Amino acid sequence: MSRASQGDDTADMKAASAAALRAEAVSKRFGVVVALDEVSLAVATSECLALVGASGSGKTTLLRCFNRMVVPDGGRIEVNGIAADELNPIELRRHMGYVPQDGGLLPHWRVRRNVALVPMLRGQSTPASMADRALELVGLPANTFAHRWPHELSGGERQRVAIARALASNPEVVLLDEPFGALDAITRAELQDAFRDLRARLAITTVLVTHDLHEAVSLADRIAVLHHGRVEQVATSDVLLSAPATDYVRRLLERARI
Amino acid sequence: MIMRGPRQRNRFRVAPREGAGRAARILARTSATVSLALVMVSALAARPALARAQPAAHGSDSAARVVVVASKPFAESYLLAEMFAQLLRAHGIPVVQRRGLGATEIAFAALRAGEIDVYPEYTGTGLLAILHERPLADPRAVFTRVEREFQQRYGIRWLPPLGFQNNFAIAVRRETAQRYHLHTLSDLARAGSTLVAGFSPDFIGRADGLPGLERVYGWHPRTVQALLPAVKYRALASGAVDVIDAYSTDGELARYHLVALRDDRGFFPPYQAAALVGERLQRENPRAVAVLTLLSDRLDDSTMRQLNERVEVNGESIARVAAAELQHLGLVSGGSPAASHTAEAPGAPRESFLAYLWDRRATLAALTERHLLLVAVSLGAGILTAVPLGMLLEWARGSASPVIRVVGLLQTIPSIALLAFMIPLLGIGVVPALVALFLYSLFPILQNSYVGVRDASPDAVDAAHALGMTTAQVLRLVRLPLAAPLIMAGIRTAAVIDVGTATLAAFIGAGGLGQPIVSGLALSDTRMILSGAIPAALLALVVDAVLGGVEWLVTPAPLRARRASSAHS
Repeated sequence: MSRASQGDDTADMKAASAAALRAEAVSKRFGVVVALDEVSLAVATSECLALVGASGSGKTTLLRCFNRMVVPDGGRIEVNGIAADELNPIELRRHMGYVPQDGGLLPHWRVRRNVALVPMLRGQSTPASMADRALELVGLPANTFAHRWPHELSGGERQRVAIARALASNPEVVLLDEPFGALDAITRAELQDAFRDLRARLAITTVLVTHDLHEAVSLADRIAVLHHGRVEQVATSDVLLSAPATDYVRRLLERARI
Repeated sequence: MIMRGPRQRNRFRVAPREGAGRAARILARTSATVSLALVMVSALAARPALARAQPAAHGSDSAARVVVVASKPFAESYLLAEMFAQLLRAHGIPVVQRRGLGATEIAFAALRAGEIDVYPEYTGTGLLAILHERPLADPRAVFTRVEREFQQRYGIRWLPPLGFQNNFAIAVRRETAQRYHLHTLSDLARAGSTLVAGFSPDFIGRADGLPGLERVYGWHPRTVQALLPAVKYRALASGAVDVIDAYSTDGELARYHLVALRDDRGFFPPYQAAALVGERLQRENPRAVAVLTLLSDRLDDSTMRQLNERVEVNGESIARVAAAELQHLGLVSGGSPAASHTAEAPGAPRESFLAYLWDRRATLAALTERHLLLVAVSLGAGILTAVPLGMLLEWARGSASPVIRVVGLLQTIPSIALLAFMIPLLGIGVVPALVALFLYSLFPILQNSYVGVRDASPDAVDAAHALGMTTAQVLRLVRLPLAAPLIMAGIRTAAVIDVGTATLAAFIGAGGLGQPIVSGLALSDTRMILSGAIPAALLALVVDAVLGGVEWLVTPAPLRARRASSAHS
């Protein structure tokens, strides 16, 4: 616990405590592999933060710390100012949308039941209509798609359903783990547009894991670059592009030709 | 809302332990299910045991207790047991019969355990197979020895011998005997090693069998084939082998016109037949013991051979042959209402097989019902144990492979051995059969449940956790439905194994379709064997088809389509 390193700037303190999500000196190892090495960052309410990095940079691990799918070895995760380890993990997850790369739809449930999952788990009164509303939101008319099985959907449709499932119970936070990574270029562009459109309408606190710097620049308010479990830089895309903080960030930008 | 008031925050403070607590609850619930399953097994299994005990409670005086007469699975044993039973009934003593109990180990273990009261045994077998002593040549010395030792060690009594010996004999076809001038075993040794022997596995191994024969007579067959007693005679008659081991009173010797070679050096130890009486019958019902001794010294070698021939060669019913002989001996009066209703009586020789089955439809239906009961109860208990255990192992993966390996080891115990092991603990009849079948059903169900639940769509399982399902919800709503087809496949495998293995339950008196198979083997009656084997095979097909339907029903629709398409490709 590194409360001492929290800094002495009171303005910074205030900003940090207003954050929807906050990681403070979070470390995690898997065996001998260090996945996260004292990572600190904050996600403001309604902000979209992209976690960018190569495979093994720790971006997915950090994402999963926020919904306690991963329990850090050291440091502190806060959700709305409350330490995550004081929250019931089940309750916490039911209040955070989650979209994995492959969609993670339950293959034995129809689309509507998949999307209605979280409202059902939360015991909300009208899961089915909440599901249908979420489907309309991601551009899938319920009367066409609600009764389909996941295997009857295209890759893009499957990811839309996964996003609808993450949004169905109107969460305050959505975590996305490379949600468009497995799609072809055209479908990816379509979904990115749809995502931007949704963000504009819903203003949900969003953490987006991606290895694609272009995607991060075009979708996120701020970008955190991770490398070997450490944060290289957290900044808006403008600052990142104009003033890369480290050699790694500069090389990353050069390789991405931005 | 993620924001929580102070009261709720207190509750959240215990959250880190939440996972362990939930797991413990699942564990507790699962183990409760397992114990429930075991209770169910024992409750269901105890029912027939209670039914068996009832006649004892029926009459208040102990003399009225039903006497359990058993036999080993060959014709002579059936016939002698039937004579014991009819004789006892003729003296007003109620009797139930347990025919065709496994082999010496099973019948004797059942006698020691008090599960049966009397069965016909041979003094030589008692000396060699039970006491594990060296053979003696003098019949009286053998009897004296086993009589004293059995009484001292087990409290079991040999009644005075019935009067005949059923010794090992070496038999050849008549042409072989003529061609090589064979009359005695010394002749056989002189004829040298041109002949192929077909011996029962028992005979090949035991000291008073082939090893002793080779030592005493210096005869070495060209090759030795291990043959089951049931096929030995046919193998000899058809020329597949030249020499077999036989029993000197076998009716088959006459049926196939065989020559039994004289044991001119007196190698084979004497096997006098006698009633072997359990400790409890001696104590509780001395009159029954006295009645049984009426048969002592009344059956000589040639009488016994003729009786066996009538059963084995002429296909007369055991009940009728026994009744006629008891009358002939003047031990029961005419009209014999005492004849047992023998379900396995050989049919009229010219009857067609279908007519034969039709005549036995009531018996076969009852046997099928018993067979189904054995399978259903053991399989049900197997499902209730192995499926939750599979889930539990998914949760505690570290212990999965040792546990599955141990359960798999059970599968490698030969069924007959497993059944024999259980007699001292559970006696004979339905109970040990159910336990054995239950143990055999565990492995395929456990293996498939564990693998099915473990490998159920990892992406979907992870997403389900990440969206806030509890471990129990993931199990119930995701893992189990996705694993259902594989679990059902395991259950189908177990069911088919169970239907097959349940035929062996007849060896320990549990009934079922194995009963006509065991009797048919004992009496060399192919139709009788088939009347058990064919329904058992059909039953396996039907059970598999029904469970296949269940598998289809429990398979989630999209998986069903995928399975069908992958099956076509």
